[in-house]
Amino acid sequence: MIVSRRIVLTGPGIAWIMLLLVIPCALLLVNSFFERGIYGGIDYIFTFENYVRAVDPLYAEIFWNSARVAGITTLISLALGYPAAYCIALMPKRRQMAFLILVMLPLWSNYLIRTYAWIVLLNGEGLINRSLIGLGLIDAPLPLLYNDFAIITGLTYAYVPFMILALFSSISKLAPELREASTDLGASPLMTFRRVTLPLTLPGIAAGSVFVFVLSIGNFVTPDLLGGGKRTMIGNLIYDQFLTARDWPFGSAIAAIVIGVMMALLTIQAVLVNRRDREEKIA
Amino acid sequence: MSRNPIQAWLSTHLFLVYVFLYGPILVLVALSFNRSGMPNVWTGLSLEWYGKLFANEKIISSVGNSLFIAAVATVISTVIGTLLAMGLEERRPRVATEALIAAPMIIPDIVMAISLLSFYSLIKLTLGAHSVILSHSAFMISFVCAVVRTRFKHFDRSIIEASIDLGASEFTTFRRVTLPVIAPGVIAAALLGFTLSFDEFIISYFTSGPSSASVTFPMQIYAMIRFGVTPDVNAVATIVMLVSFFLIFLSQRINREVEA
Repeated sequence: MIVSRRIVLTGPGIAWIMLLLVIPCALLLVNSFFERGIYGGIDYIFTFENYVRAVDPLYAEIFWNSARVAGITTLISLALGYPAAYCIALMPKRRQMAFLILVMLPLWSNYLIRTYAWIVLLNGEGLINRSLIGLGLIDAPLPLLYNDFAIITGLTYAYVPFMILALFSSISKLAPELREASTDLGASPLMTFRRVTLPLTLPGIAAGSVFVFVLSIGNFVTPDLLGGGKRTMIGNLIYDQFLTARDWPFGSAIAAIVIGVMMALLTIQAVLVNRRDREEKIA
Repeated sequence: MSRNPIQAWLSTHLFLVYVFLYGPILVLVALSFNRSGMPNVWTGLSLEWYGKLFANEKIISSVGNSLFIAAVATVISTVIGTLLAMGLEERRPRVATEALIAAPMIIPDIVMAISLLSFYSLIKLTLGAHSVILSHSAFMISFVCAVVRTRFKHFDRSIIEASIDLGASEFTTFRRVTLPVIAPGVIAAALLGFTLSFDEFIISYFTSGPSSASVTFPMQIYAMIRFGVTPDVNAVATIVMLVSFFLIFLSQRINREVEA
């Protein structure tokens, strides 16, 4: 009775996700082992060729560049996000919510429009270059747009809120008594941070970092609009294989690798958090 | 004593982070009222760009398409997602089920886009507004489900049993007991889903096909900004951001009222 009722309730949702997410992703994996048809379709002949091609230096470099850009974005988000999350966590409970909503709000405005704002700010005639020239700091406009700097700025802008939220949930769980005890025992603020706060908020750092890294490495819009349409990141490469080069099997193979890397990172993070939880319980 | 300088530094840092988050948005809003429309010359206040916006048929029709797609996808995903949340809250679901339901929220959108395109092409589904609606509903269900489930956190299950003991049918119990309790969550979830669908770009771009009836608003924006600064976009950006913020604000308010 209870089982059947549960199936009636969850059945449609699970079936919907199976049909429109699991099956399409499985299909992607299957397609990645076939050959490309002469006219852009798929020839159902089994091959590993797509994966062999993916590690070709030409494409390996795109993977490496994506990982580098995503890695730098993650580090900058962490550096910006940690003190911000820490500051909010120190506030009285009543005020925290308002400050967190203020962090989340930009996430709910259109992503393309937020990215466009950076085209306006960073271009040669843009606000930042003109201000710097106006202040006499530079003579000629800096090349701020259509390069990795612009991509990293755009990605950090888009994803730093996720980092702050992940860090906040970890930092706010920390009992203030722990820090006070450390100070009472004569530790300097820096020492307390390094030996008490930082290790205990590691799960938040891991969660936020994995989240930002995963979102950044698979991004298409930001490298496309702020990177000047050069084929520099995996997202653009996948896009090209599907809509320009029409090599779906190869595009599928690259997407499969991205999902593989993503799942590995999420698993590592989950294991880290689990171990931490168990250690805390024992302690 | 050593606390105060640290506190001051943290507060300054937080303030600068907010400047970073809101500065670019405010620049666009300011430019939308600039007569020249360009970021480098301020030629005075003007509503000219807003007038031009409403005369731009491409933008207006893309907004219409997006509203239609978002509305239908919201109805589908709110119904299915709410049922899913109710089912999951009856008994603690398995980890695999949780992972399956979270998957649409974390999968990179470009991967979801190409996998759906491959799938639709395999089953020979003609692309158009309907395929975009299907695609959107797939990820919206997860978000709806997550929001509705937060509503069940403080839900006292015994009132359902009480209702059934008192002779109410399952449906009456749902309509008179469960629904009123979770309604704010359902409305908040629907508003969130609607916003997500309205703003979604990549999945629409891949699964919409060549028809002009399926050019969504973000696709139109993308076409406009692809090649650099486009003053027309500032006014659109301002309106869209105001509407999004309002919907999210509304969704937050509705979902909190009962708790208070």
